[in-house]
Amino acid sequence: MFRFLILAALLFAPLTTGFAQAAESPRTPQELVAELPTADFERKTEIVNALAASGHPRAGLIIGALGAGTLFSSADGKIVLQTSEDGKSYSDALTGNLISGLSEDQLTKIGVNNRLRRDLRGLSARLSLMSLDPQTRRKSAADAFTAHDPETLPAIEEAMKKESVPSIRQALDEARAAIVLQSDDSSQNDKLTAVNTLRARGDRDALNALLGLRTADSQTLRNAAAAAVKDVESSLAYWGALQNVYYGLSLGSVLLLAAIGLAITFGVMGVINMAHGEMIMLGAYTTYMVQQVLASAAPALMPWALPLAIPMAFLVAGATGILIERSIIRFLYGRPLETLLATWGLSLLMQQGVRTIFGPTKKPVTAPTWMSGSFDIGHLTITFSRLAIIIFALAAFSLLTMFLKRTHFGMQMRAVTQNRKMASAMGVRTNWVDALTFGLGAACVGAAGSMLVLIIDVTPPLGPAYTLLAFVIVITGGLGSMPGALLGGVLIGLTEAMAGLFFTPSAKSMFSFGLLVLVLLFRPQGILGKRLS
Amino acid sequence: MKRRSFVKAFALAASLACIGAATQAVAQQKTVKVGILHSLSGTMAISETVLKDVALMAFEEINAKGGVMGMKIEPVVVDPASNWPLFAEKARQLLTQDKVAAVFGCWTSVSRKSVLPVFEELNGLLFYPVQYEGEEISRNVFYTGAAPNQQAIPAVEYLMSADGGGAKRWVLLGTDYVYPRTTNKILRAFLKSKGVTDADIMEEYTPFGHADYQTIIAKIKKFSSEGKKTAVVSTINGDANVPFYKELANQGIKAEDIPVVAFSVGEEELAGVDTKPLVGHLAAWNYFESVKSPANTDFINKWHVYTKNPKRVTNDPMEAAYIGFNMWVKAVEKAKTTDVNAVIDALPGIEAPNLTGGTSKMLPNHHITKPVLIGEVQADGQFDVVYKTTGLVAGDAWSDFLPGSRDLTADWTKPISCGNYNTKTKTCLGLKAMH
Repeated sequence: MFRFLILAALLFAPLTTGFAQAAESPRTPQELVAELPTADFERKTEIVNALAASGHPRAGLIIGALGAGTLFSSADGKIVLQTSEDGKSYSDALTGNLISGLSEDQLTKIGVNNRLRRDLRGLSARLSLMSLDPQTRRKSAADAFTAHDPETLPAIEEAMKKESVPSIRQALDEARAAIVLQSDDSSQNDKLTAVNTLRARGDRDALNALLGLRTADSQTLRNAAAAAVKDVESSLAYWGALQNVYYGLSLGSVLLLAAIGLAITFGVMGVINMAHGEMIMLGAYTTYMVQQVLASAAPALMPWALPLAIPMAFLVAGATGILIERSIIRFLYGRPLETLLATWGLSLLMQQGVRTIFGPTKKPVTAPTWMSGSFDIGHLTITFSRLAIIIFALAAFSLLTMFLKRTHFGMQMRAVTQNRKMASAMGVRTNWVDALTFGLGAACVGAAGSMLVLIIDVTPPLGPAYTLLAFVIVITGGLGSMPGALLGGVLIGLTEAMAGLFFTPSAKSMFSFGLLVLVLLFRPQGILGKRLS
Repeated sequence: MKRRSFVKAFALAASLACIGAATQAVAQQKTVKVGILHSLSGTMAISETVLKDVALMAFEEINAKGGVMGMKIEPVVVDPASNWPLFAEKARQLLTQDKVAAVFGCWTSVSRKSVLPVFEELNGLLFYPVQYEGEEISRNVFYTGAAPNQQAIPAVEYLMSADGGGAKRWVLLGTDYVYPRTTNKILRAFLKSKGVTDADIMEEYTPFGHADYQTIIAKIKKFSSEGKKTAVVSTINGDANVPFYKELANQGIKAEDIPVVAFSVGEEELAGVDTKPLVGHLAAWNYFESVKSPANTDFINKWHVYTKNPKRVTNDPMEAAYIGFNMWVKAVEKAKTTDVNAVIDALPGIEAPNLTGGTSKMLPNHHITKPVLIGEVQADGQFDVVYKTTGLVAGDAWSDFLPGSRDLTADWTKPISCGNYNTKTKTCLGLKAMH
């Protein structure tokens, strides 16, 4: 059996590109693998090609591990595979026997570069097209498509005959089409069918493959490809527009989160709070602290650190808000200029305070794995973190609106802001309502801050940029109007996203502030604001 | 009463004795003041604080060995608070009030540009430890970070090579200020000299602290689907890197397909980013913490002991600051004085070991020789070196790819003694054209 394998290696060897040495000196998989740690990148390419051709049952596994960075060499020259995520268990690369007593610091990773990584992806796809696990087969078919290595064609055709899952068959067919288009051996008809297959796929990768035909020899083929390109481009333009709207909405929801608390403190109470962004910072640092505590006390809960941090951030920022109102702001009601200066000073104090306690360097907050990555709807790419922010922003917004409209406290709040004396005469403790309202505003921003760590950095000076934008949104949307804040957030978000797309991201503020100026000129009370008497 | 006067007399005697002892100590141990001009608050504090710490560590190290020519170094630390005009004020204070012998400082190009006239007016000495855009020279400044030909150009050459993926189409992405714009101007000229057309170059800028990279990444994806291998060259600086890399990871842009090479992203910037989806993206520097050399191991150990934190990372500007300080010490010892003019004349030709196992040399153009390393991001946030220049590369202030600076060279040694000497017309352009 083994002799047959060597024979197979010999037969396949000359076919493999960049594979010169093995033809003269056939090597056993053992020898090949043992050479890996000392080989340079070029030699490594030859080794993995030889290994793939050797037909060794674990070749696919070894190649996959090399690409994933989980193949190591030990001090005594053993080549081992990491078999668990935590880096605690290892097995011998060729035999698969578990080796105990190895830890990460005794091992040296076998390095790869991007060129080798791409080759490895293609090779590993070729070797696992027939895998028993449908997920692996699906991934292999997708990798074979992007690698479009002519050597993989026989393996794909073989796999297509056996594949029972229609969607994987489809993926294999597309991978085959991508290879056929580039191959010189395929017939004209075969290529024309391939063009149609890719046209049906209709994404950027397909477009990429089709554009390669611009220099094809045959006129019919060039025309067919050009027609397909036009078709794919127009459908992509439609999806692209949808994608842009989604970007605008997702940016808008981030801004809505930043503005939601200000809609209460500034929009309803009329307090110009320049330390607004610092509440976002507090929320972000609370999230960091929760993650630190969980990491040492209850590592099992780590994936839920973020959902657990949100109520914590709500409480911390809320308490801070009440403290600020009771100690500073209540003495300054009716004196907007002094409030502005005092809260601005407070924001500097808070920034430097956090910098002194936590240091100036940014704090790592990692998103839970279930919140990273993306999925596709048609040709629309939706990232989980952005989707989470959109959902959270809308939920927070509706909860807050409900709270203001439907609860007893919400009613008292509105009563105090509409007519303080009358509310006081009716037995409402206006002082406490003020403090709690301000606290509620701060608490909402704090919760928003813990959500924003999904996309921004946790550093002391993260606040001021959001303070400014929040004011722009609340003023654009209309003072004292919750739907106004929603509309303002989405409008500014769309404006900035479009400006970034059609002009340059550097100019985005120009457009959002331009919008603010226009609104102030033609509707000074804001889009949904009530006319001031 | 008597008792009180006794106490008084004793106190007087004791204080006199103390003063005597003190003056004696001063006579024995002269000190030399050295300034540190790094932002310890504001947006740049995140990057600059470590440079203050590494300078203090180097001072301590020299003081423990007996100081420079027997003089202990006395650090004067000021905080310009990421405020560019304040940099100039603090520099003036260091040079006129504290009368420091040398200043180690600045990070952003705009802060360097702000202190330049002060150092030239008062004839000070500045060591600048960060990679920068070139096209500037001053007799009073020594640049120990990389010039564009020691970072940007080799990185792009690597991406063009077969090993780097053979990129044919380029995205030049940066933060909107002087360093990225000048670097991209040089890169565009370089790419054109290699036959890349304007249609294959996309240049894009984002403001400082930009947090929304969705549309940029979408643009890159679109630009890359034109049937040619595309690479991204990122000069994004500071805080904006984290949102950029997070979005890159979330949208699944793999290094094998569209590699991103960055010039301002080191170990420190990637702390806090989940790098598993980013493995294979690149950074070009002259130093990486992961480089295995005795000098580097020693440096990292000293750093961990000094900061009392075994997890503190090291980075490229720290190495440059460390080399700069060691060169200054050697130059003072060679000149046998801390006088600025004497030290400026003594510096060219001074050699100091770098941490990657070689020896860097100060050149007559006030730049140093450095190895160029290309590192790949690893799953643990460190960089794995995939390419290294065979020898050391000499820093060049005036890019060979820009029409205005092609013929210029800087040489502060006699007989030329000029920062912008035109080798064709054999004339010195003089102070006005230096920055």
